[in-house]
Amino acid sequence: MKVGVLLKQVPDTDTRIKINGAGNGIETGDIKWVINPYDEYALEEAIKLKQAKVATEVVIISLGGKGAEANIRDGLARGADRAVRVDDAGAAGTDAVGKARILAAAAAAEGVELILTGRQAIDSDQSAIGPMIAEVLGWRQATWVDKLSIEAGSFTADRAAGGGVRERIRGKLPAVITCDKGLNTPRYATLPNIMAAKKKPIVEKAVASLGVNLGAAVTTEGAYSLPPARPAGRIIGGDAATAVKELVRLLRDEAKVI
Amino acid sequence: MGTGILVLVETDGGVPRKTATELIAKATALGLGPVSAAVIGPVDASSLGGVKVYQVESAQLAHYSTGATVKALQALVAAADPAVVLAPASLNSKDALPRLAVRLGAGLAVEVTDLRAEGGQLVGKRPIYAGKALVDVKVAGLGIFTVRPNSFPGGVAPAGSAQIVAVDAGITAADVDTELVEVLAPASKAVDLTEADRIVSGGRSLKSKESFDAVVRPLAAAAKATVGASRAAVDAGYAGHGDQVGQTGKVVNPSLYIALGISGAIQHLAGMRTSRVIVSVNKDPEAPIFQYTTYGIVGDLFEIAPLLQKELAAH
Ligand SMILES: Cc1cc2nc3c(=O)[nH]c(=O)nc-3n(C[C@H](O)[C@H](O)[C@H](O)COP(=O)(O)OP(=O)(O)OC[C@H]3O[C@@H](n4cnc5c(N)ncnc54)[C@H](O)[C@@H]3O)c2cc1C
Ligand SMILES: Nc1ncnc2c1ncn2[C@@H]1O[C@H](COP(=O)(O)O)[C@@H](O)[C@H]1O
Repeated sequence: MKVGVLLKQVPDTDTRIKINGAGNGIETGDIKWVINPYDEYALEEAIKLKQAKVATEVVIISLGGKGAEANIRDGLARGADRAVRVDDAGAAGTDAVGKARILAAAAAAEGVELILTGRQAIDSDQSAIGPMIAEVLGWRQATWVDKLSIEAGSFTADRAAGGGVRERIRGKLPAVITCDKGLNTPRYATLPNIMAAKKKPIVEKAVASLGVNLGAAVTTEGAYSLPPARPAGRIIGGDAATAVKELVRLLRDEAKVI
Repeated sequence: MGTGILVLVETDGGVPRKTATELIAKATALGLGPVSAAVIGPVDASSLGGVKVYQVESAQLAHYSTGATVKALQALVAAADPAVVLAPASLNSKDALPRLAVRLGAGLAVEVTDLRAEGGQLVGKRPIYAGKALVDVKVAGLGIFTVRPNSFPGGVAPAGSAQIVAVDAGITAADVDTELVEVLAPASKAVDLTEADRIVSGGRSLKSKESFDAVVRPLAAAAKATVGASRAAVDAGYAGHGDQVGQTGKVVNPSLYIALGISGAIQHLAGMRTSRVIVSVNKDPEAPIFQYTTYGIVGDLFEIAPLLQKELAAH
């Protein structure tokens, strides 16, 4: 079974976000780009499936610019076999559904039977692309998964369900699984593997070559802004007992939250 | 495309969750046409006010499955024929609504924290980069918007009583596309972090799971709050990974957030900065968290937390 891993390049979590001059995006000049942290869990799980001989091949699929190749290469060094980078120039102006159609087509072209994605990308914060791909392909899905096993033709997954409940579900492959923290501990690439990964192929594809009908974006973005600054707070002085009494009084009488 | 706003109501044992009235009140205030509601399964609609409630009931929906739920939602939207679907940004919404958007050719804007009507069209504002920035989102045609819990607290349901309209979604056993193997015991009976109105979080400074359990949990119980944790605390095993608040944990939006011995790293702030009131206890007066704090106490959490617990329990 071939496994596809979706890998998105995102700004490092340390990044201080600044809005660009036009107010329609962020300044990308000094950003350090990393593999989306949740995609690291997806990648690790795929590599483990290969080591357990459940997966025959692990293919990284990424929609991004040339710059994403550094992170894709890192993914290859950790243990993926090869990668497809769909150049995002052809995706300009599309919305999440359009991107899901592109990624679904790219995965289908590789003949994968299981697609592992992150539970969400920490830049767009949508938690939507995985289920959208499952819908485009007509596959089953399990979202926000922190334990996974693959048996002959089916998956068993532990997932966070509504209302704080966790549940174990089982379904038939092919499927899309979106991976959450707790699933595994992602490995780092070792030096010999980094060297070896230089020979692994990254195939570049144009969106136009995938035969997806994109149409006009339905969902569009407008102005970007920074969150409003928080009003200056107050440090409550005095000895511990007095400070705590005063805190409770403020929570009750001023903030009215208790 | 139809008109008006359809609010998806989630229930807990047949009782609408508080997001239902938040959303119905907000939808009504937007003035974009008639407001209706949709629900899967049995419902006590008395708290929803004078709206039409489209309802799908089926034994196949007794437990959530993606396939049956998306099919039910498709039938509900077809019956109500709205211009906009508003739903709580819950885990089930995250599972089902992206599929529904693809199936209906609809647009999707997730986790909005603000909604406004502009020229007869709905504009949502949603946090991106874990709340480090905000972006306006619009949809041409049918739009599905999910709203982060506690974004529109309070709100009065429209006067009158609900009128239930039964919808047949034609769901069969074949639509249940995944089988429930077992419900894994929930970590606690508390409200999920993402929906919680009050949160007490502990950090690395708690030093061990034992002291986390002895200090953070009883304080949370006294404050009727859900327990959260920094990543440092989660990675050290003091709390479960589902308890992590932050950029790579849960993004929360409570009215009260109490941070015990948490430094306020950018990734932690990203997950809780929209909390209405932030209380922090830290022995370092220079801790970055104090810049975001509504009420701060500089001191030892092992001394402050038990006092606060006593004070709140007496409250
Ligand atoms: C990719 C990535 C993703 C991340 N995602 C997240 C995330 O989602 N959530 C998250 O929280 N972090 C995240 N982090 C980690 C983050 O950078 C910080 O390391 C983490 O938040 C620190 O946790 P802390 O505040 O508990 O610990 P520390 O930073 O060590 O702070 C401990 C604080 O406790 C105070 N203290 C110590 N003893 C006491 C005492 N007795 N009484 C009172 N105060 C005391 C200290 O003064 C200090 O301010 C992420 C990091 C990376 C690289
Ligand atoms: N441009 C992209 N290239 C590859 N994978 C992506 C891309 N965008 C999203 N994904 C995958 O979809 C997941 C969810 O993204 P999102 O729905 O945007 O939060 C991510 O964790 C990735 O695994």
